[in-house]
Amino acid sequence: MEFESILKTAFPFIVISIGVLMGFQIVLMIVAYTVLGERKLLGWMQGRIGPNRVGPWGVLQPFADLLKFILKEDIVPDKSTKFVYFLAPLVALTCALMPIVVYPFGPAITTVDWSFLPYGLGEGVRALPLTIAKIDVGVLFVFGITSVGVYGIALAGWSSNSKYSLMGGLRSSAQMISYELAMGASVIGVVMLAGTLDLNGIIYAQQQSTFRWFIIPQFIGFFVFLISAFAETNRTPFDLPEAETELVAGFHTEYSALKFALFFMAEYVNMFTVSMMCTVLFLGGWYVPGLSHIFEVGSIPYAVVSHVAFIGKICAFLVLYIWVRGTLPRFRFDQLMNFGWKFLLPVALANVIFTIIVVFFVNR
Amino acid sequence: MVGTALFFLFAGFAIMCAISMVYHKNPLYSAISLVGVFISLSCIYVTLAAPFIAAVQILIYAGAIMVLVVFVIMLLNLDDDRPLNRLRYLYAIGGGLGVVLLAQTLFVFYAVLRAPNQPVDPNTSAGKTLTIGQAMYTEYLLPVEIVGVLLMMAIIGSVMLARRLSQPQLELVVEREEELRGEDD
Repeated sequence: MEFESILKTAFPFIVISIGVLMGFQIVLMIVAYTVLGERKLLGWMQGRIGPNRVGPWGVLQPFADLLKFILKEDIVPDKSTKFVYFLAPLVALTCALMPIVVYPFGPAITTVDWSFLPYGLGEGVRALPLTIAKIDVGVLFVFGITSVGVYGIALAGWSSNSKYSLMGGLRSSAQMISYELAMGASVIGVVMLAGTLDLNGIIYAQQQSTFRWFIIPQFIGFFVFLISAFAETNRTPFDLPEAETELVAGFHTEYSALKFALFFMAEYVNMFTVSMMCTVLFLGGWYVPGLSHIFEVGSIPYAVVSHVAFIGKICAFLVLYIWVRGTLPRFRFDQLMNFGWKFLLPVALANVIFTIIVVFFVNR
Repeated sequence: MVGTALFFLFAGFAIMCAISMVYHKNPLYSAISLVGVFISLSCIYVTLAAPFIAAVQILIYAGAIMVLVVFVIMLLNLDDDRPLNRLRYLYAIGGGLGVVLLAQTLFVFYAVLRAPNQPVDPNTSAGKTLTIGQAMYTEYLLPVEIVGVLLMMAIIGSVMLARRLSQPQLELVVEREEELRGEDD
């Protein structure tokens, strides 16, 4: 009796913990293989083979890399500000991982009868949502947390006490603050069409809209979002903060071993997050048109196929990232700032005003 | 019970961060502590069923304003032990304002004790995005507009202060800009 009541109280927490572990596992495995995929793809584009020694086709390379990161000597610069130096990579990775809790991994599973669970735990459970936390301001949550991630980079640059790091940190914060504006403005159009800030709500709104995917009515917003996403994640052609020719390695010049690995992982998880946002806001998230005719909505196969579609769309964006990295040269810093403030932001704002007018006349 | 525990956790963290913000000599540590205060406050908003305010708190205060503050602190070369004698008269004002703040806090406690005890309904709570939006654009439209104009004035004013130039310099800048535009065309 005692055990049953304790189990009933603790059950929701256990379910959420399992969900968090599974979500992190999915994202981190894909991130690990994105790194391998990037090296393979870049090698292919540049007429090389890429990593091929660890395991068949190099599939075990991510684990070898991780082992190397752990075993390397951790060097702390003598004149660094120690506390902030340790804090910075933790902030960067924490802020990168936190948005995972609002990822809409798939549609809710509603057709399973949960009463087979012992001790009456399945009583009253109707739906198993494939999102870890139900936050109805998911878009704002993701933007808020990723904007806090700037501290990791800025503080890393400052605390290393090196001019390359400081320049990298400053460039990075300036760039991320500037492009955050354009990114935020490009999302407003989608939010107005959907009428909600909830990520799953936006996906449902797209299913019921005329064009199925918001990329069609919001293609200007999509391109502004995509370009700002490249700048937000410090990827080529906007990777000024770590421009090798000028700044050695930018804000993480003085970081080694596992601390560097944390920054590295944070960058790739951030890539995954913006790809997820792009997929959810403009490409219908997990929604596959016509799938509801094949499988019953809310059944397990429906959820599985939707989930695979969701991950597939994200991976397509990740490939786009790598493709652009292999293709385009780097911007100059003044070009970057001019482009962000004088081109992207006005275009995004014009898109917002245009969308307001259209939504007003359509809803009348 | 869980709610109370969470409240004490986040409130304690907020107070710790606030104390560390005031007592740190290094302005960068103070700024980081202030970010800690904002984040724990937004956690408290979440427990009060106001997710929109929580998200906006992080997005605007922690994510934008404090980043700029940290940015400025990083750019300035600060001396660690600069004498503060010049600002002695500010202590009196600070003490006075502290007393006012304390009185306000006591009044809030008193008002909370007197208020009827209503549980928060997450569906009709004032923290919902829809409620806030509707209130902002109907009942409180005029204050929102005034705040907008004020912020606009602040932006223009700061640009004017940052680029305060004498008349000949200004003409030079204008000339140079026109030249640059000519090159672009």
